[in-house]
Amino acid sequence: MTGTPTNAAGLGLCSCRVCHLVSRREQLSAVAHCPRCGAYLHFRKPGSVVRCWSLLIAAYILYIPANLLTMMETGSLFSYRKDTIISGVVHLWRTGSWGIAVVVFVASITIPLLKLISLTLLLVSVQRRSRWHPRQRTRLYRLVELVGRWSMLDIYVVTLLAALVQLGSLATVKAGPAAVAFGAVVVLTMFASMQFDPRLIWDPFQKERTP
Amino acid sequence: MTDTPQKPDLSDIPDAVSEPKRRYSIQLVWIIPIVAALIGLSIAVKAYLDRGETITITFKTGEGMEAGKTKIKYKDVQIGEVKELAIAKDRSHVVVTAEMTKDARGLLVKDTRFYVVRARITGGNVSGLSTLIGGSYIGVDAGTSVEARDDFLGLETPPAVSMDVPGRQFVLHADDVGSLDTSAPIFYRRFQVGHVIGTELDRDGKGVTIRVFIRAPYDQYVKTNSVFWHASGVDLTLNASGVKINTESMVSILLGGIAFQTPQDRFDAPSARPNSVFPLFPTKDVALKHAETVETYTLVFRESVRGLTVGAPLDLRGVTVGEVTKIDVALNAANSDVSIPVEVQFYPERLRALSRNKARQERPLDSPGLLDALVAHGFRAEIKSGSLVTGQLFVALDFFPHAPAAKIDWNASPPRFPTVPGSMGELQKQLMHIVQKFEKLPVEQLGGDARKSIQSLEATLKSADKLLKNVDQAVIPEARSALVEARKSLEEVRTTLAELRSTLGAARTTLGGANQVLSADAPLQLDLRDTLRELSRAAQSLRVLGDYLEQHPESLIRGKQEDRK
Repeated sequence: MTGTPTNAAGLGLCSCRVCHLVSRREQLSAVAHCPRCGAYLHFRKPGSVVRCWSLLIAAYILYIPANLLTMMETGSLFSYRKDTIISGVVHLWRTGSWGIAVVVFVASITIPLLKLISLTLLLVSVQRRSRWHPRQRTRLYRLVELVGRWSMLDIYVVTLLAALVQLGSLATVKAGPAAVAFGAVVVLTMFASMQFDPRLIWDPFQKERTP
Repeated sequence: MTDTPQKPDLSDIPDAVSEPKRRYSIQLVWIIPIVAALIGLSIAVKAYLDRGETITITFKTGEGMEAGKTKIKYKDVQIGEVKELAIAKDRSHVVVTAEMTKDARGLLVKDTRFYVVRARITGGNVSGLSTLIGGSYIGVDAGTSVEARDDFLGLETPPAVSMDVPGRQFVLHADDVGSLDTSAPIFYRRFQVGHVIGTELDRDGKGVTIRVFIRAPYDQYVKTNSVFWHASGVDLTLNASGVKINTESMVSILLGGIAFQTPQDRFDAPSARPNSVFPLFPTKDVALKHAETVETYTLVFRESVRGLTVGAPLDLRGVTVGEVTKIDVALNAANSDVSIPVEVQFYPERLRALSRNKARQERPLDSPGLLDALVAHGFRAEIKSGSLVTGQLFVALDFFPHAPAAKIDWNASPPRFPTVPGSMGELQKQLMHIVQKFEKLPVEQLGGDARKSIQSLEATLKSADKLLKNVDQAVIPEARSALVEARKSLEEVRTTLAELRSTLGAARTTLGGANQVLSADAPLQLDLRDTLRELSRAAQSLRVLGDYLEQHPESLIRGKQEDRK
C-alpha cells in the first residue's frame, strides 16, 4: 500500500464543492478553478483547521458568559426570577421535574461542552497527524454534526416561551443575555464542525505524494 | 485493488483551470474569536464595573427575606440583592448582607434608610401588594448626606415620608389620637395635601403627639395661626334648620383624618416654620372658635366650684363669650384659706362686637381699655347655677354696680379678673353662718344642764311621789274622818238651813207687813211726804235768807232795810 496514493488528493484529483465534478489538478501551488462551473477547487477545505480553531475558540469564550449570565427571566405575579442555565436545572431538579432537569442539563450543558471538547480533540489529533483510532474519531465527528442542532433546545424553549408567555403583568418570560451567548456557542460549534474536514482524519494514512 | 484499470479513467478527468496563487496575509476567520473575546471581555469588564459595594443592614426580623432572592429596590428599581441572612451574635437582630449594584453607590450615605416593604393595607391605601405574592423586598429612602457608609440600621416600617418629597413637617398635640394612624390624610379645603407620618404618646402620658407632613406647595398654607382639627367621621348637626351632615371625604370617614384651615380674616399671617407645634382640636367648631383671638384670664373664686367643669361657658347675659379651660386650687398656708383660680378663655371679639352694636362706635377698642372701663362700672364674674337639677355651674359676666371697687390685675399672668361671690355662694354663706351660729351654741353644756334639770326633776318627782304616799297614808284617813265630820256638820248646817228657811219665812211675812206700811197710799207715807214738803219749803226760805244775808250782811245788825223806793 505504501508508496501509492490511496485517495483522490494523492492522485491529484479534486472534486468541485459546488458541482462535484472531479478534475485533475497538477499544479498544487496554483489556484485552480472547476472547468465546468468555475468554482475554486481545493483538495481539502481551505484553512479548515484554522477556521475550525478560530470558531472553536470563539465558542469557548462565549461558553463562559452563556453559563454565567441569565438565560431566562421569568416574572409572574408570584415571583420574579432570573435563571442561568445551571440555576434553572437546579430549580427544575428541586421542584421535582427530574426528567426535564436531566434533558435540559444534557442538552444545554453537557452536549455543548462535549461538542467543544470533541472538536478540540479532533483538531488536535488532526494537527498532530495522529493515527489514533481514525474510525472512532470519524464517528465522533458524525455524532458532533448530528447532535449539533439539538443543543439549540434551550434556545428554542426560551424563544418559544418569550414569544408565547406575554401576559402583561401576570407573567412574562424574557430571554437573558446568556441566551445570545449560548446561541452563539451552538452556532459557532456548528460552523466549526462544518468547517472541519473529516478527510483530514485520514490524511495521515496517505503516503505523501511527491509533487 | 490494482492501479492499472484505474489509470485510463483518470485520463478522462478534465484538468482544473489554474491561476497564480494569491497569498492571504491573514485568515479573516480569526475575527470571529476576536469578536467573541471582545464580547466576553466587555461582559467581564461590565460585570467588574457593575460590581457594587457589599453592605450590611440590621433588621429586627428576617421576615419575608430570603438570601439570594430578596431585592433591594429604590423607586422600584433594583439596586441590590440580599446575599446572606445571618442572626447577630447576641441573637437580638438579623444582619442582612446585601450586594449593591453600581447605581447604588451614591445612595449608600449616612442618612439613607432601608426598610422592608411588605404588603400594607390601611384604609387609605394599599401598598406593596406585589410583595404579597412576589415576596418582600427592601426599600431604600435615599439620604442627602455625602458621608459614605456601609452598615445600616433597617427600619421595620417604611418611612412615611421619603426624603426626596418636598414639603414640611408639623407637630400636632392632641388629647387623644382618635382614629388617626400613619398615612391618615390631611385635608386643606377638602383637598388632600399631606398625611400623618407618625403618632406617639407623649412621654408624660398627658397627650399624644402627631407628626404630619404637608407636601409642597401646599405647606405654605399652614400659617402661624392655622388651626387643625380631627376630620374623622361624620359631623351630624340637627337643629331648627334641619339635619346637616358635614364630612371631609369618604376616606376620612373610614380612617380618620386631619383638616386645617387658616381664618379668613387673618390669612396674611406668615407661613409656619417646619416642625411648628399646633394644637389639634376635636371638631371644626372648636378649632374655629380657637382661631379667634383668645385672651386668658384668671377668676379667683372662694366659693365651691362643685359643678363647674372645664368647658363650661363664660356667659354674658346668655351670650357665650368664652369658656372655662382650667380649674385649680390654690391653698394659702398663711391664712389657711383656699381659693380656686379658674382659668377662662375669653373671646374679646365677641364682646367688642357687642359693644360696637350697643354704642354704635367704630373706634377700635383695645381689650384692656374696654375691660377696664367695664370693670370700673361694676363688671364682674360670678358663678351661677345653670341647672338646679344637675348642679351644673357656669361663669356669668354681668354688672354689679354695688360691688366693691376692683380692677383687673394685668400684672398677673394670666390677668386676674375681679369676681363677686355668686348668689349661690351668698346663700351658701348665709346658711353657713346660721350653721356656724348653731355650732357656736353650747349644745354640750345645754345638754348637761338639761340632764341635770331632768335629774333634779326626777328627784322632785320622787319626793312628790313620796309626799303623795305620805298623803295617802297620813292625810287620807284624817280627811276621811274630817269628811265624816264635815258631813255631820253639813247635816247640822242643813238643819240650820231648815231653821233659817222657817226664819226667812217669818221674815218674809214681816217684810210683807213692812211693805204694806211702806206702800204709796199708806197713811204713813202720805204724812211723810207732807212733812218732807214742809221741810223743802223751810229749806227754800232758809236759802232766801242766806242769799239776803250774803247781800246784806248788815241786816243782821241793822235789820231788814226797807226798799228804797
